[in-house]
Amino acid sequence: MKETVKIKSKKLNVFYGEKKALSNINLEIPERKVTSLIGPSGCGKSTFLRCLNRMNDSIEICKVEGQIFVDEQNIYEKNLDPVLLRARIGMVFQKPNPFPKSIFENVAYGPKIHGLANSGDELNNLVEVSLKKAGLYDEVKDRIDEPGTSLSGGQQQRLCIARAIAVSPEVILMDEPCSALDPIATAKIEELIDELSKNYTIVIVTHSMQQAARVSNQTAFFHMGSLIEVGKTEDVFSMPKEKKTQDYITGKIG
Amino acid sequence: MGFWSFLIIFCFLSFYIHWYGTTKALKINEDITKGSKLPSLPSYYGTYSLLWLLLPSSIILICWFFFKPYIIDIFLKESIPLSLVDNFKGNPSMLMDTIKATNPEKIFPGTNPLIIDSAAYYQTLTTNSDSYVFLLVLVVGLISSLVSLRKVSTFFRARQAVEKANINLLIFCSVIAIITTIGIVFSLIFEAVRFFERVPFFDFLFGLAWSPQTAIREDQIASQGSFGAIPIFTGTLLITLVAMAVAIPVGLLSAIYLAEYARPTVRKTFKPILEILAGVPTVVYGFFAAITVGPFLKDFVSSLGLSMASESALAAGGVMGIMIIPFISSLSDDVITSVPTSLRDGSYAMGATKSETIKKVILPAALPGIVGAILLAISRAIGETMIVVMAAGIAANLTANPLEAVTTVTVQIVTLLVGDQEFDSAKTLAAFALGITLFFVTLLLNLYALKIVQKYRERYE
Repeated sequence: MKETVKIKSKKLNVFYGEKKALSNINLEIPERKVTSLIGPSGCGKSTFLRCLNRMNDSIEICKVEGQIFVDEQNIYEKNLDPVLLRARIGMVFQKPNPFPKSIFENVAYGPKIHGLANSGDELNNLVEVSLKKAGLYDEVKDRIDEPGTSLSGGQQQRLCIARAIAVSPEVILMDEPCSALDPIATAKIEELIDELSKNYTIVIVTHSMQQAARVSNQTAFFHMGSLIEVGKTEDVFSMPKEKKTQDYITGKIG
Repeated sequence: MGFWSFLIIFCFLSFYIHWYGTTKALKINEDITKGSKLPSLPSYYGTYSLLWLLLPSSIILICWFFFKPYIIDIFLKESIPLSLVDNFKGNPSMLMDTIKATNPEKIFPGTNPLIIDSAAYYQTLTTNSDSYVFLLVLVVGLISSLVSLRKVSTFFRARQAVEKANINLLIFCSVIAIITTIGIVFSLIFEAVRFFERVPFFDFLFGLAWSPQTAIREDQIASQGSFGAIPIFTGTLLITLVAMAVAIPVGLLSAIYLAEYARPTVRKTFKPILEILAGVPTVVYGFFAAITVGPFLKDFVSSLGLSMASESALAAGGVMGIMIIPFISSLSDDVITSVPTSLRDGSYAMGATKSETIKKVILPAALPGIVGAILLAISRAIGETMIVVMAAGIAANLTANPLEAVTTVTVQIVTLLVGDQEFDSAKTLAAFALGITLFFVTLLLNLYALKIVQKYRERYE
């Protein structure tokens, strides 16, 4: 079965001022699969991720060259509205960042600003479904009006995932979503990623090679701003084509 | 021994004691051939003995400073000849004051020679007693520091002892600040109690008329003033409201612009300029209000067909609002910038625009801090005096119309205390009653503001 390509980057170069952060990245991300981006710190994997929903726009010195296509549409086209793009491409951050509002309001935030619910009932329903999809509903259904910050770290991260999927995005970007969590919370998030990959295209940046091996279908290895190798996860980890990849996964660099 | 020679000798002695203690420790270190040396560096032993010079000396000097008048009075009283007491018209304490005020070298013709003698005795008493005390200080200090040096041995850790002394010094200094505050409150309370002996408490707090006049002659018409503070409180409230109506929107919106929209270079230029506003003396704002803003508003309002007093709550409050803008904008700007970037990113990543993010995420997160800033600004507005004196007048009108002249608590305090006043009339004492009311209101506001700011700090940590 041929996989459909959801996101495709072409000759992507990114500069932070004088410094080149990414050079000539050509990467295809398949639809409804999990793609993990691995590599040592500062290799550009997070930068690449933030290019995919144009979060780098808010950094003044950041300059992007090249093209990124989402469903054949170049997202760096002049008249494309990044605000609408970000509603299609959700993002989960390294540190859980629930808004200082109630659990309900956190999840209802996106639907409210995009006008996705026509009535209160519809909104309640949407929040409930999103929380269920994020596997959080049973834990919080009795205290849905308590502040989101009162949850534990792992619950907060799942709340952020619920918040992201409440606007029904097509793609979910995850920037080291488990790096601030303990092993049990990490396991829950990984299970959730597996579950979500049935309906969403997921791109995850991770520091943990075990995590990449566990959750992803495709793995891309970045080093010094370049894409070194990309392929099926089991291939990349069992028989890497590049020497650098082998060095990294065996712990010689990084 | 005069004061200056005492000071020179004391400094010299301090250096000597420090040097002596250090050398002694060094010598002991040299003598120890086996085993460990002194547990602290030699200079700590010098400092330790110096502390034992300073501590008793300062205690004696402080005690002398406080008790000197009483002690000298006792000696003076015993020396006054009985014949003088009998002949003097007036009570004995007046006689004492006369003696103290007389200068034996420049005598007013016709002064009783017995008074001159007593005055001369008083002067020698003052200078001599000082010399004795200075000598006592030097002797006691020297002895105690030398005795302290006997402790120098391998068992004594001078470093820890000096450390302890440092801590005690810090505690002492912070206690001074607290004691001063308590002292201010008590002095206000005592005077206010004297006022409330003359004017009933509830008449003051709820009376509707303020005209703080007291009779010069007993039979004067309308000799009884009225001390109802309501017009002053409403005046303060009115001016504060006008000031806040100017300062809150302008300050908050400029803070949002500076924190969220302005480029770093713009922010770097604008913020100091705004803060210069806070550094302008309030008297200058007073000119501005009285000479520029007041007449301008009067012309403008009369062109609308309304009438306005040339001194008005609107002019004073408006200019006060301008003065307070930097308080609100600078504090709110700090609060808004300290909202974590991760929250902004989270909102942008949901597809929110910048203004949606500010309205729905950043301002709610920063709200407690902003409220704290506003409360601090309010207590500043309540305490402001100069602008109101110059631009709003001193007439205590009971009105809610910002176009009329009103007065505030602080302005009344100033007008009550300026000029020659007897300090036992209700008119003067009323200032203290107003002062304590003002103190409590601003204290409560500040406490509330601090509590809110505290709560805000905890949220992200």
